[in-house]
Amino acid sequence: MSIGWYLAVSAIVFSLGAFGVITRRNPLVLLLCLELMLNGGNLALIAFSRMWGNGDGQILALIVMTVAACEVCIGLGMIVAIHRRRLPVDVDELRELQG
Amino acid sequence: MSSVLFFIAAIGALAGAVGVVTLRNPFYCVLALVIHLIALALLFLLLRSEFVAAVQVVVYAGAVMVLYVFVVAYVGGDGESIGERLRGAGAGPSAGGLRLGGAILAAAVGIELLIALLGTGLAGVGGHGAGYVPGPQAYGTPAYIGKLLLTRFLLAFEVASFLLLIGAVGAVVLARRRGGLEDADGQPITPLELLRPRGTGTTAESVGRHLG
Amino acid sequence: MSTTTYGWLVLAFPLAGMLATGLGFRVLPGRSAGWLGTLAIFLSFLAAIGALLSLQHHGPEHRQLVSSLWNYASTAGIDAQLSILVDPLSVFMILTVTGVSTLIHLYSISYMEGDEGFVRYFSYLNFFVFSMLLLVLAGNFLLLIVGWAFVGAASYLLISFWYRRTTATRAGIKAFVINVVGDVGLVLGTYFIFKHTHTLDLLRSFHAAGAGAFGHGSNAAATGDGDLTAGCILLLVGAFAKSAQIPLHTWLPDAMEGPTPVSSLIHAATMVTAGVYLIARMHPLFELAPAARDVGAIVGALTLFVAGTIGLAQTDIKRVIAYSTMSQIGYMIMGVSVGAYAAGLFHLMTHAFFKALLFMAAGSIIGAMGGEQSLNRMGGFRRAMPFTYGCFIIGGLALSGIPPFSGFFSKDEILLVTGEEGGWHWALYVIGYIGAFLTAIYTFRMIFRAFHGEPVPEARELEAGHLHHAEHPSNPATGELEDTGVGFPGPIHAIAERALPMRIAMGLLALGAVGAGLVQIPKVDFVIDDFLRPSFAGSKLYEPHTKNGLLAFGLILGTVIGLAGIALAYRVWVARPGTAESIRNRVRPLYELFVNKWYFDELIDALVVRPVALAGDFARDVFERRVIDETIVGGTTGIVRAGSAAVRAVQSGFVRYYAALLLVGVAGTGFYFLLQS
Repeated sequence: MSIGWYLAVSAIVFSLGAFGVITRRNPLVLLLCLELMLNGGNLALIAFSRMWGNGDGQILALIVMTVAACEVCIGLGMIVAIHRRRLPVDVDELRELQG
Repeated sequence: MSSVLFFIAAIGALAGAVGVVTLRNPFYCVLALVIHLIALALLFLLLRSEFVAAVQVVVYAGAVMVLYVFVVAYVGGDGESIGERLRGAGAGPSAGGLRLGGAILAAAVGIELLIALLGTGLAGVGGHGAGYVPGPQAYGTPAYIGKLLLTRFLLAFEVASFLLLIGAVGAVVLARRRGGLEDADGQPITPLELLRPRGTGTTAESVGRHLG
Repeated sequence: MSTTTYGWLVLAFPLAGMLATGLGFRVLPGRSAGWLGTLAIFLSFLAAIGALLSLQHHGPEHRQLVSSLWNYASTAGIDAQLSILVDPLSVFMILTVTGVSTLIHLYSISYMEGDEGFVRYFSYLNFFVFSMLLLVLAGNFLLLIVGWAFVGAASYLLISFWYRRTTATRAGIKAFVINVVGDVGLVLGTYFIFKHTHTLDLLRSFHAAGAGAFGHGSNAAATGDGDLTAGCILLLVGAFAKSAQIPLHTWLPDAMEGPTPVSSLIHAATMVTAGVYLIARMHPLFELAPAARDVGAIVGALTLFVAGTIGLAQTDIKRVIAYSTMSQIGYMIMGVSVGAYAAGLFHLMTHAFFKALLFMAAGSIIGAMGGEQSLNRMGGFRRAMPFTYGCFIIGGLALSGIPPFSGFFSKDEILLVTGEEGGWHWALYVIGYIGAFLTAIYTFRMIFRAFHGEPVPEARELEAGHLHHAEHPSNPATGELEDTGVGFPGPIHAIAERALPMRIAMGLLALGAVGAGLVQIPKVDFVIDDFLRPSFAGSKLYEPHTKNGLLAFGLILGTVIGLAGIALAYRVWVARPGTAESIRNRVRPLYELFVNKWYFDELIDALVVRPVALAGDFARDVFERRVIDETIVGGTTGIVRAGSAAVRAVQSGFVRYYAALLLVGVAGTGFYFLLQS
């Protein structure tokens, strides 16, 4: 398949992830949807890398994966801490940082 | 053959994505994401990026998702769907409105992306990629990636490892139990306190809060 | 030493005295501050004599000497130098000022004894003398204005000397505010004159005026230019404020709140004569602006009449003398306005002597009364205080214009020149003689009421040898109780019969009051005329052109009127004691008018004070609060607050909200770039 197909898939996955981020209330699922978006980006990177024929996109995808892993670590750590403090694990309830 | 594989992988990826977004139970969402990741790995393979595909399966689907499973098992979270009404008075936008608005917004973004990506004047988008020469250090092999990492992308490599370190430390700090380092009155001691002992006269002290 | 060096010394000694007493007020023991202050002024007096003698060495055409210490500022066409002008007029003034001041300082040493503010008093008094000398020695408008302002400040400091008395501080403020009105007039007048002469220096200014700087020929009969007239009238406003002429006179009676020597120095001999000096000094300008001169003459005549009538009804002894001062200054202003410069200045000198003497004697009798000042409570002090009585008689006779006392010669010469002007000046002539009649009446009313008749208890005490002291010191005007600490009068009251410095001072002044007239007997000797002539060279009005007939008539009329006044006063207040009561009942409305000082205070209150207070209230309540605080400041902050509240609403705390916003941004940006391409 031509590269364009892969890019289309990537775009759809990305927007699905965006929809999920806005809509879900459980922070865990929200983070999952965030992973979706990252993966969509990864796919685009790999596709372009294949198009150009150099490995830059792959390296970047690896870095993205690293960052995603770290972010998941921290995010999940926060959620665990919230849960331990007996606060509701719900993004709509956790809104103290407001103006 | 590759087209068939492509469609299988693409449909799997999309199905997984839809599943993550819509499923009620967080566990199921995690599983859907695992399916999505594996489908994506297949797509990577079709694009001749074998190392990245392997990393995707091993690290992403393997380690990160397992971590997710553990946390979801521990925390759980209430299974709720996107349609549920929000609790609490004066909470954020209503569920229905949010769903509709979110859908429109995501659709807008998606359409724009499609137009941008497919409508670009790049000639290669319509092609099948640059030529592929198999070999020990061909495109996509670990050797190839390794060479790139240690020559052109050395800085990125080092920074990424540093980031991992910070992430690890942060996670430990976040998740540690209370009852770690403490001083005499039961207030936890922070590293800052070790540098600036009590009684040095900071503003925080004066308002009655200990450092950290 | 040159003449001008003497001039600088005259200024330097009081300044040094002020600094020495002011800075050393903690270390000067006992009454030494008083002696130090007196010494400073005495040295100044000696320097003034030195200036006189050395001035006479110059030929008559060269007797106007200017000396400049340094150039203060020369910019934008303004030449401001620290320069003094030593000429016969200023030497005349400094001799009078320093001479009388020395005697008053001497008097004060005894009078102010026991007061907690003794050293402060002498410092202020030296400051005052310095300012007055600066005013009369000033060689340009700048120093004149500076001296003028300093004199006003010194007057405020000294009037409110007993500052814990509310009446005193209020009087000080009143005096200062009215003086400031005069200052404004003076400065504006200077501006109008400067506009045409382009110089601040006095002599150069006069020269320019004579050379036609104001746009007309040097013909004395020519009408002045509008600016010149305006400038001269504004200078007159300044003169009226300082010399307490109508309508800026209301501060002078209130200024009697100050210690009696202060009244004697400032409000009799020196400060109030500054206006007279000003007109005499500015005579070249005034002669070119006849309208201004007429204004001066009319106001002078009006004041002397009104003040005379008020003096008939006052009961506070110091206020009687204050109104008498106002009246006599009216004579002087009238004199220098019609051109009788030498006569007016001569009257200034003799008036300084006998008025200071009268005030000193009043201080003595007030001391005998233990601080009480009302004539209603005084009586029969003749046997108890013979020296004071004698001084009062001498001063009173001089004031009433009885020959051979000095007041006679000076006052009648003024009226003579006024009569000779002719035309409507005859009205002023008549008013002048009516005023003389009133003067004699109220002066001797005061003397007879205080010294004749039944002795009051305080007088009997004094005859027995004991000086009366009030058990609880109180404010003589309102009766409020006070104490004798700092800010209030001290516990010791001095009288002339017991204090040698007071006797010396009063005695010397009495000699002056008696004998000063002899230097200017009409047709016999012209000491003052000759002395002052170089200052008035170029004046068309200076030369005395006396008609013999009018002279003789005037002299005889003056004597007769004076004696008649004394006789009338004797009849009403001594011979038939109930007469005053019955006269008062018969002309009650007139009496009310005089006692209420012709309602000038109420008039000024209604015309000036109330509107200004209302304007201030309006500014505070409406303008400041509504417009500025609420609308401008409050509006601005309100807008900022509303804006930030609106912006704050975006920070709702909902993560999903933020994500949505983010996505909106992304979509928008993408859309924009898609459109571009």
